[in-house]
Amino acid sequence: MNAVETIRAEFRGTIGKFSLDAGFTAPAKGVTALFGPSGCGKTTVLRCIAGLLRVSDGLCEIEGDVWQDRNGSFLPTHRRPLGYVFQEASLFPHLAVRRNLMFGAPRDNRDATGHGVGFDEVVDLLGVTALLDRSPRNLSGGERQRVAIGRALLSQPKLLLMDEPLSALDRATKNEILPFLDLLRDRLSLPIVYVTHDIAEVERLADQIVLMEKGRVLAAGPLADLQSDPTLPLAMARDAAVSLNGVVESRDTRYGLLKLDVRGGQFVVPAPPARIGEHRRIRIVAGDVSLAREPPGASSILNVLPARIVSMRPVGSNEVVAVVALGPSGDGARLLSRVTQKSWDQLGLARGVSVYAQVKAVALAPGRGEFEG
Amino acid sequence: MPDFSLHIWPPVLLTIELATITTFLLLVIATPLAWWLTRSRAWWKEVIAAVVSLPMVLPPTVLGFYLLVALGPDGPGGAVASLWGARTLAFTFTGLVIGSILASMPFVVQPIRNAFAAIGDRPLEVAATLRASPTRAFWTVALPLASPGLLSGAVLGFAHTVGEFGVILMIGGNIPGRTRVMSTAIFDFVETMQWREANVLAGGMVVFAFAVILSMILIEKRVSRAGA
Repeated sequence: MNAVETIRAEFRGTIGKFSLDAGFTAPAKGVTALFGPSGCGKTTVLRCIAGLLRVSDGLCEIEGDVWQDRNGSFLPTHRRPLGYVFQEASLFPHLAVRRNLMFGAPRDNRDATGHGVGFDEVVDLLGVTALLDRSPRNLSGGERQRVAIGRALLSQPKLLLMDEPLSALDRATKNEILPFLDLLRDRLSLPIVYVTHDIAEVERLADQIVLMEKGRVLAAGPLADLQSDPTLPLAMARDAAVSLNGVVESRDTRYGLLKLDVRGGQFVVPAPPARIGEHRRIRIVAGDVSLAREPPGASSILNVLPARIVSMRPVGSNEVVAVVALGPSGDGARLLSRVTQKSWDQLGLARGVSVYAQVKAVALAPGRGEFEG
Repeated sequence: MPDFSLHIWPPVLLTIELATITTFLLLVIATPLAWWLTRSRAWWKEVIAAVVSLPMVLPPTVLGFYLLVALGPDGPGGAVASLWGARTLAFTFTGLVIGSILASMPFVVQPIRNAFAAIGDRPLEVAATLRASPTRAFWTVALPLASPGLLSGAVLGFAHTVGEFGVILMIGGNIPGRTRVMSTAIFDFVETMQWREANVLAGGMVVFAFAVILSMILIEKRVSRAGA
């Protein structure tokens, strides 16, 4: 990874009674999720990156620009080219929506000319055209959060920081905002650091994940790698799943199915029509993957893929979680499979054994690319 | 009748002039002071806050006595007055303004400080993440959001200056046309048994005080509605 294209953040210090010792490096591309239970220090790390909080032993380097280093240099927040979306929209109550949106916009780029995102583009993307002359007081929670996102974007940031932007919203409103976040990620080439404690948001949005616990970073890396690492809590969770990015290879309009290429295999997924070559994200839950030694006969299961067992770990007293790699030689994408200890023993499964992974259900991540026509 | 208004109007006009100038200067001084008291992490800021609040509990005669010394020929006030060839600031309109500012300061600083504190950190953090320098954040976010507090402070400062008696009497000397304001004029009218004049001025003060209290309540109501 070239240093110019990375986000590097390391912070160590004590804030009140909380001790923080967290560092990670991630590509400055796509969505990097800071994930962990409440109180693990995700927001603290985000505030450190923004410069809203200062620990003396800190380092923050974004795409080659040093925002903070250990020699005492520290760029104040207002000099950092970032956008920050808070948990509560925090719109300025004394300004109408339009002036909220324009608050951080550079003076010489107010008319959508030049590079960066333009006013009309953002307003259109977030669907706030009808709200421009309203007061923030008269907006719903979802509308407010959309304006807050637009306001952050219009300050022309090089990095967008989002602190649980959905957690203060009810489920319906969340579902109203999520498609906009999908769009953001897919349309704008803006790196995003996204704090959340909701694994569903991670599975849907994240490209990289930084796993945090008690002020420390447990692991950081590409989402699918960490999801399929049996030494990490993600893979051992009851609802463990892997998220895979696929490319549309062909479509079956008669049955409403798409065939997606992933590394080492193909999945057939019920999905709205899409163009060949488009990207789709799928989610495969460990409990939906069973293993067989022989190719099964006629079955209602559409997706049966040759794979090889990479590792396993018992969960509780009667189940195991197996990591399997797709492809006959086992060099493709990894899936998790949750099977009983009994089946594991009866089938004589072990690391390196070739199997057939039968995938009962493949969920298409909602929203991703849906707006691309 | 002309004799009557001749007695009544000069103190009224002088009072309005004094209160207006004092209120303006109070806002200019108290707003940055209240901002500093809200934002500073210095341990001794509450010491400053206590000093500013002293006039709330001190007998006006005590404040007036020290002001008299400070403004007199041998105090710093005398030194300042010598700049334009005068001997003293005591018994002058300038002296009254200085005394009124000190006496009314706590009534202006307190509501403004409360308003700044009520804003919280968040709007200022938001402003900073939108490239606003601390100065710009102050003018475009903190000040507009605290404006009801500034209005309360201005109304209270004006009203308190109009109502101040002890300090004014000590440092002003109740000189007609120069330092005789309404509150001291009433005292004077009573002393000289001019009950009618005293009655008109006192009645006017009651109406004025009522208007002030009512407008404070209305401002308060508007603020809490805006916050909802």
